[in-house]
Amino acid sequence: MRQDTEVLLRQILTDVLGLKPGQADGFAAETGLFGHLPELDSMAVAGLLTEMEDRLDILIDDDEIDGEMLETFGSLLEFVVTKRTGRTSGDD
Amino acid sequence: MTPASWPCPRPDGTNGAELALAFDDFRRWRLLIVPALFDEANRMRRFTVEVMRRLDNAGVDCFLPDLPGCNESLQPLEKQTPETWHAAMTAAASHFRASHVLGIRGGALFMPAGLPGWRYAPAKGATILRQMMRARILASREAGRVESQEQLLAEGLDKGLELSGYRLGGEFLGAFQSAVPKVSAGVSDIEQGMLGGSGLWLRAEPDEDREQADALAAILAIGIKA
Repeated sequence: MRQDTEVLLRQILTDVLGLKPGQADGFAAETGLFGHLPELDSMAVAGLLTEMEDRLDILIDDDEIDGEMLETFGSLLEFVVTKRTGRTSGDD
Repeated sequence: MTPASWPCPRPDGTNGAELALAFDDFRRWRLLIVPALFDEANRMRRFTVEVMRRLDNAGVDCFLPDLPGCNESLQPLEKQTPETWHAAMTAAASHFRASHVLGIRGGALFMPAGLPGWRYAPAKGATILRQMMRARILASREAGRVESQEQLLAEGLDKGLELSGYRLGGEFLGAFQSAVPKVSAGVSDIEQGMLGGSGLWLRAEPDEDREQADALAAILAIGIKA
């Protein structure tokens, strides 16, 4: 489950940031996102979150979005994994 | 490619000029393209024109009109409604004698009725609105203001709302939030998977993709001439 989520999240970031295939594989837990990548402005973040909802089958409440969750690849992944585990607890 | 002008109906019953990008060689096959909306329009414009160039080379005339209040239009965006946009695209189709129509993303919501064609990755009004409201909430939060989608929508329905630099009227918001692309005879969907790669409307920065433009133009040219 965690691995699936990680692959999907890398793919979504590849699509939103227009990265070359494989480039997002180099993202480590401490790789900076919001506030570190100039192209990731509020409009792009909104797009990223909407795409995450669609492809990861989660719902993100606006209250849950904060700078900390978006700061690094690791924190974003942690947020999504928690979301998906909560939703499917007992399923897998 | 030349700019062309077309008579667009105004809410007061008169007509005013709007612009379109046109490849017009008085050919038999004539495609009207209803553009993607708002921020997505910027990110998709170059790609859309690249598809038009390919269709022109394949012997298809194509037309990309401005929605009133958007792009080069001098009309106030705040006064537009989904109905005025639909009427505008119907008038453009008739003026340019379109034989086919393509709606891109949210543009699929405003396709003129009665023409065969395609919807490329059609999007619901609610999805587009949700994303724009979220962008505003994030930007406001950075500036130290707390807003919510419910509160923004309630306020917007009453007094209009500015989202990503687009000033939308209350009437527009009311109708747009429940707008869903209509299924109609002779119109089929082109999913992103058919073009390969990821949709360019997702990109944080406007981008282009030759392979995707080739693929979309090929699907359209083959379909138009079938």
